[in-house]
Amino acid sequence: MAACVRFTRVLAVPGTTLGGPRLPGLRRLSCSVGPGQAVYDVVVAGGGMVGTAMACALGHNVHFRDKKILLLEAGSNKILEKLPETYSNRVSSISPGSATLLSSFGAWDHICNMRYKPFRRMQVWDACSEALITFDKDDLDDMGYIVENNVIMSALTKQLDAVPDQVEVLYRSKVISYTWPGPFFNTDTNPWVQITLADGHQLQTKLLIGADGQNSGVRHAAGIQNVCWPYDQSAVVATLHLSEPTDNNVAWQRFLPSGPIALLPLSDTLSSLVWSTSHEHAAELVSMEEENFLDAINSAFWSDASHTDFVDSAGSVLQYAFTLLQPTKSSARQLPPSVAKVDPQSRALFPLGMGHAVEYVRPRVALIGDAAHRVHPLAGQGVNMGFGDISSLLRHLSTAAFNGKDLGSMSHLTEYETERQRHNVSLIAATDLLKRLYSTTIAPLVLLRMWGLQATNAVSPLKVSPAPIWALRP
Amino acid sequence: MWGGCGLRAARGRALGLAGVRRVGRKVEPPRATGLEGKQTNRTLLVIPWLFSNNGIMCLKSNNISFAYSNKMRSLRYVGTRFHSTSTTVDPKEMKIFQALAFKWWDEQGIYAPLHSMNDLRVPFIRDNLLKMVARHQLESPLSGMKILDVGCGGGLLCEPLGRLGALVTGIDPLNENIKTAQQHKSFDPILDKRIQYKACILEDIVEETAESFDAVVASEVVEHVNDLETFIQCCCKVLKPGGSLFITTINKTQLSYALAIIFAEQIAGIVPKGTHTWEKFVSPEQLESFLESNGLLVQTIIGMLYNPFSGYWRWTENTSLNYATHAVKSSVQAENEEHHAKAPGVHGMGASQK
Repeated sequence: MAACVRFTRVLAVPGTTLGGPRLPGLRRLSCSVGPGQAVYDVVVAGGGMVGTAMACALGHNVHFRDKKILLLEAGSNKILEKLPETYSNRVSSISPGSATLLSSFGAWDHICNMRYKPFRRMQVWDACSEALITFDKDDLDDMGYIVENNVIMSALTKQLDAVPDQVEVLYRSKVISYTWPGPFFNTDTNPWVQITLADGHQLQTKLLIGADGQNSGVRHAAGIQNVCWPYDQSAVVATLHLSEPTDNNVAWQRFLPSGPIALLPLSDTLSSLVWSTSHEHAAELVSMEEENFLDAINSAFWSDASHTDFVDSAGSVLQYAFTLLQPTKSSARQLPPSVAKVDPQSRALFPLGMGHAVEYVRPRVALIGDAAHRVHPLAGQGVNMGFGDISSLLRHLSTAAFNGKDLGSMSHLTEYETERQRHNVSLIAATDLLKRLYSTTIAPLVLLRMWGLQATNAVSPLKVSPAPIWALRP
Repeated sequence: MWGGCGLRAARGRALGLAGVRRVGRKVEPPRATGLEGKQTNRTLLVIPWLFSNNGIMCLKSNNISFAYSNKMRSLRYVGTRFHSTSTTVDPKEMKIFQALAFKWWDEQGIYAPLHSMNDLRVPFIRDNLLKMVARHQLESPLSGMKILDVGCGGGLLCEPLGRLGALVTGIDPLNENIKTAQQHKSFDPILDKRIQYKACILEDIVEETAESFDAVVASEVVEHVNDLETFIQCCCKVLKPGGSLFITTINKTQLSYALAIIFAEQIAGIVPKGTHTWEKFVSPEQLESFLESNGLLVQTIIGMLYNPFSGYWRWTENTSLNYATHAVKSSVQAENEEHHAKAPGVHGMGASQK
């Protein structure tokens, strides 16, 4: 049989509801809906940055002009009528690839008209040694952009409103249940995904895209297993004023034993703080006096308390060797700015964890963004991975639509899954490894990471090839 | 592959090229008993009882042993040949498909290769039809076109064409297939309007639908019909002048016997047993001659290859296994011009054969 020579996917056992008891193998028979009811081609569940961008990208795609797309969002419309004076404390680092995606459907122009900060250089160093690594592009091109999350949302919503014929948005909608047709094929059952909303509406769709965040209801309802563990860390965010105005185009990150602290440029006088540390320390930081808070930040960046002589001398030996071999290559060590003031009300904290869905797709469902993967902010890849998912899924769906295919068919969905899992799994694994490696003060590991960092810094191809964007994103 | 390519190479690369094949030579049907009624595939096969007549060809061919086995196979089928019906549909074939009528839409089931063939045939049809129209509308590329899908089965090809905007009529001799197809499209309101199905054979609707279709698609069908010439004549009658005929089928070669019959049916079970009979396979040259004798100009002949491990099809230059053809029904003036243009070419090729 064909099954023998081809890899067959295990099909979903669907029909589970959110919050209700989950009996294994229970298949809820979909009520047969008459042919008159409208069927959406794509429903995107979740109106965060990634969900809204997906709906926007589909709406602007030329092969979807005659298709019906729906975006379900539990919150309300996020257009910023007027840009607020104070900066938001939730910011994201947008890689050039993500910026290309956003400009492909016109959202990047709105962002440029509001505010964003490009950065050209990144300096990452260790608290326990002198090793550091800097990233920059040879011709000082922009390495990435720091944009506030609410600015991104506003730009995306504006572009969404520009295609009302293709994309419908339902704000303040809450989904009660998702139902899929059974795995055993039968021509007389309704083949679409049924969605029941809190207000009693029933929707049908050919493809459901789950973009509803780390506690994804779509993932739960589809029965997709999620591999996850919490890091014993929380991230503290704040908006900081620098002591003096500077050409603020460098992103700084220092690995402390308790966790990395990072300063991301927002403007010439403002930077955003992301400090991942233990739960207790984070709670302290958020509640302490402003003076003490600022002192803690400055000493985190400047203090040499964790250095040991042994490690320092070992480090300088290797550094001397590198300067002998490559006397012209010099990564000038810059000193990070010091901070003088923190915006009132801008201190907040949120817990960190890692998560990865074992499957990204099942028949008629696909996961993107945080619903599929959740990562530590030390590498600044969270939302960029989500935008990468959007690019890939958009490409596959666009080709499928131009070939007249059923959008929920597994053949192109599995191609999307393979492409993205290959990329995401290695990135998540690398980030997790770095987080563990830098959480310790044990001398052998410190030596290992110091030499590794110095070697990587000296050998430039290693830095450039995977194009890691190491700025931070809460 | 095998002797076929060697012979082709000997004739020059003009024959083996993928893409447009403008070879218009007519192969004389062998004068033999009415048993086979088939023309020699001069690259590989030899009708055994014509062995002595085409002595030169046989010496070049490297499949003498195969010719004997061919003889044995064809002798086995002598009885049925004499009693075959005059319509294009073979009742034995229908029985095999009846048993599988409800499995059409299982994408990982027995019809999985046909589902994945859509990745090749839908773009083939779409792109060739788009070449015929001036305006290009990317979101509904086939809107305004009327397409007939002969032997539509469960509607596997009708639905993608309907999604691209065409008005599709699907016909199939089996009631069960039509029932399955109708049930499946009923859940999609847009497809419900654009596609209509009818359980009948092509001859039944020729009169009422004469010259009304922009395109006729006969995909994986001509290897199941009894009388190919009549079938093509009917296809031509229902096409508008300038309309397109798309055919995908299997070549009649040693390789196709080994892979499509022995490997695919009996060993690997990719295709249900008894689905194909090798005698009914049609070679591209034979098909081309039938098409051109009915006023259909062949634009493209291109090979297709199935990878059973990945489950995907791809285009290939080699037409020894599966291949796809696009032919256009000439409008009257063009037909006359073509005849004059082709005449010297035909005689030239005919001369070189002998």
